Amino acid sequence: MLGIPTKLKRTKGNNMNEKTLDLIEPELSVKVLKVTGQKSSRKRILDMGLTPGTRVDVIRRAPLGDPVEFKLKGYNLSLRKREAETVLVEVVE
Amino acid sequence: MTDKITVALTGNPNVGKTSIFNAITGSKQHVGNWPGVTVERKIGKRVHNDIEMEIVDLPGTYSLTAYSLDEIIARDFIIEEKPDIVVQVIDATNLERNMYLTTQLMELGVKLIIALNMTDLALAKGDSIDSEKMQEFLEVPVISTIGSKGNGIEGLLDAVADELHKTRVTENIFTYDSDIETRGEELEKVLNNDPYFAHYPSRWFSMKLLEGDENILKKAKESESYPEIEKILNELDADSFEAKIADQRYKTIQTMLRQVCDINTEHLSGSDMVDRVVTNKALGIPIFLSLMWAAFEITFTFATPFMNIIDIFFGWFAETATNLITIPWLSSLVGEGMIAGVGSVLIFLPNILLLFFMLSLMEDSGYMARAAFIMDKIMSKIGLHGKSFIPLVMGFGCNVPAIMATRTIEDTRDRLITILITPFMSCGARLPVYVLLAGAFFGRDAGVVIFSLYALGILVAIVSAKLMRSTILRGEDAPFIMELPSYKIPTLKGSFIHMWERGKIYLKKAGSIILIGVVGVWLLASIPAPGSGGVFASEEVYGTTNSVIGVIGQIIEPLVAPLGFDWRIAVALLFGVVAKEIVVGSMGVLYGAGENEDTLSDILAAGAMTPLAGLGLMVFTLLYAPCFACIGVIKRETGSWKWTLFQLAYGTTLAWTFAFAVYQIGSRIGMLA
Ligand SMILES: Nc1nc2c(ncn2[C@@H]2O[C@H](COP(=O)(O)OP(=O)(O)OP(=O)(O)O)[C@@H](O)[C@H]2O)c(=O)[nH]1
Repeated sequence: MLGIPTKLKRTKGNNMNEKTLDLIEPELSVKVLKVTGQKSSRKRILDMGLTPGTRVDVIRRAPLGDPVEFKLKGYNLSLRKREAETVLVEVVE
Repeated sequence: MTDKITVALTGNPNVGKTSIFNAITGSKQHVGNWPGVTVERKIGKRVHNDIEMEIVDLPGTYSLTAYSLDEIIARDFIIEEKPDIVVQVIDATNLERNMYLTTQLMELGVKLIIALNMTDLALAKGDSIDSEKMQEFLEVPVISTIGSKGNGIEGLLDAVADELHKTRVTENIFTYDSDIETRGEELEKVLNNDPYFAHYPSRWFSMKLLEGDENILKKAKESESYPEIEKILNELDADSFEAKIADQRYKTIQTMLRQVCDINTEHLSGSDMVDRVVTNKALGIPIFLSLMWAAFEITFTFATPFMNIIDIFFGWFAETATNLITIPWLSSLVGEGMIAGVGSVLIFLPNILLLFFMLSLMEDSGYMARAAFIMDKIMSKIGLHGKSFIPLVMGFGCNVPAIMATRTIEDTRDRLITILITPFMSCGARLPVYVLLAGAFFGRDAGVVIFSLYALGILVAIVSAKLMRSTILRGEDAPFIMELPSYKIPTLKGSFIHMWERGKIYLKKAGSIILIGVVGVWLLASIPAPGSGGVFASEEVYGTTNSVIGVIGQIIEPLVAPLGFDWRIAVALLFGVVAKEIVVGSMGVLYGAGENEDTLSDILAAGAMTPLAGLGLMVFTLLYAPCFACIGVIKRETGSWKWTLFQLAYGTTLAWTFAFAVYQIGSRIGMLA
């Protein structure tokens, strides 16, 4: 349809909530969309359970801001921001 | 008739594998709580129902795609050595992630038994798990256990015995989506036609290929049928297959878990509450530092009286022996060589035992992972892992146990760098040297000087780490993907076992190197210089210009002259390799302290040495080759003479350069002259 203004399109598009995991504030929950990044760390991240669709709670950042602690599949995992950056997620309510 | 079989114990890190291993074999083994702490392969024996079982405790692994050295060891053992039975220990409070490994073990087609461990904690948390249903679903025996109490071990061994005589090998109950399965079948066909792959289960191998496992790919490349394999792999979208396979394994697990257990997700665990405080933004660092301080104090202060006792005892022992033996050279060999040598090995034992007791409490409780979490930001700045922090701090007490403590660092490169820079942490034995020299030359400023030396050590360590990271040990930083295991109450027994293990390793592996070094130096100091006409090991020879070491000192004098040192300092530094604090004692002898009531400090201050050379000597003492005990553990922990010698050469070169700079620049600008 020609009539939809581009601005609205952008907000409607699912890109709106898409972010990398390192940017998510503590106490929010997200759903994993995709893991990118270097092969070896990507496989490790997938193996640890961050597969697409998995719900991840962001628990806290370390006192110095990095790494970040997450909870998923009932256990706690920490990633440096550099690794979290390779995980594409969307915020869930 | 007794059967002899091999049973491999596998599982994720921290699931209680070591506890189960200890409960089965009764052997004295390490119990830890830091992911991946088990580095060696531990083997124990147990006879059950007339079956002789050899139990192998494998390092913890999250998946059969191996990343760290630990994991490669574990995986290769299962794949290449084909144990008769594989027991996977599972943490019942963390089923979903633990069972990811189960799916892969089942794919491998090994005879699998599941030890459902930590059932006490799962119960306390409010989960209910139907192990019978789980057993039906997986078609493998599932035995509930409590590793720390030894519950369920007999049942587990019964299951091992039963399973042995069954011909049925775990069927593969996991099927993937049809696109994966189709590709998998194509690959399996190729694999089955090539005898090269006969050693590997073809389904598992083909799934690993589809996942893009680099290790497996490398193996496949060596086969003749690789072109065919490559053709199939090129046709598919590797990235999406990789994610899909992981995803579908987890989906299958979820499906099963919904049927066999009821997990209480509402529960805010004790662990979460502890972490709110312990890793809190404001409190995290102060708490960590206080704990570090306490551990440090306990290790090094509590150890002091024991060390004094050892010191006094060996001093007395050496003296008594010297007096009893009338042949002079023999009495010196026994007294100054052998007894002193054994003493210098044992003197570190209190430190080592106490430090490892403390570390083990921290590991078993789960705090160690938090410590790494808190300190990682700082350590990553020099290319290291958060886990490197603790060994480095402990280095201020004594480098020897500190280097042994690097065992907890998983990445080999990180570990090696940590070992190589730990000797720059100024240990307690170097302090007497500073106190003497700074006191003699700098009077009221002694404190500032000593503090600067500590700071210099840290600086050198940091710069060296960065340098090594960008040159000889180059490479991507290891990804930081670390589990924060839930807190557990450590068992005293476990910590004692751990402490004793480390002590034994030290005595066995490092002890001999230290002893050889000490006796070697004694020989150099005792053998009369050729042509001097002295008597072997006599007082006129020992350590003087009439001895080989004195001659060596004179030979190397030109080397150290630009630093403002004479041959006596050169000899004292050679003695210092036995133990750094000996530098002071040797200087005393060489400068004739005590002969006319003059203390060494008076003699030095009176002009035996310039203050600049004194400062240079302190810097030299800080940086040059560590003591024999330290050299012994570096060899033991790196497993390589090459790296050990590298540390010696690197440190000594730095020491020379810094002392040279101090003396030369200082004299030019006329400082302290
Ligand atoms: N409550 C409870 N604690 C357990 C149980 N099994 C082990 N533990 C404790 O869990 C901690 C870790 O146990 P380990 O046996 O060292 O675990 P592991 O799997 O060998 O760990 P790594 O060697 O680090 O891979 C220790 O503090 C044990 O005392 C159990 O069934 N119940």
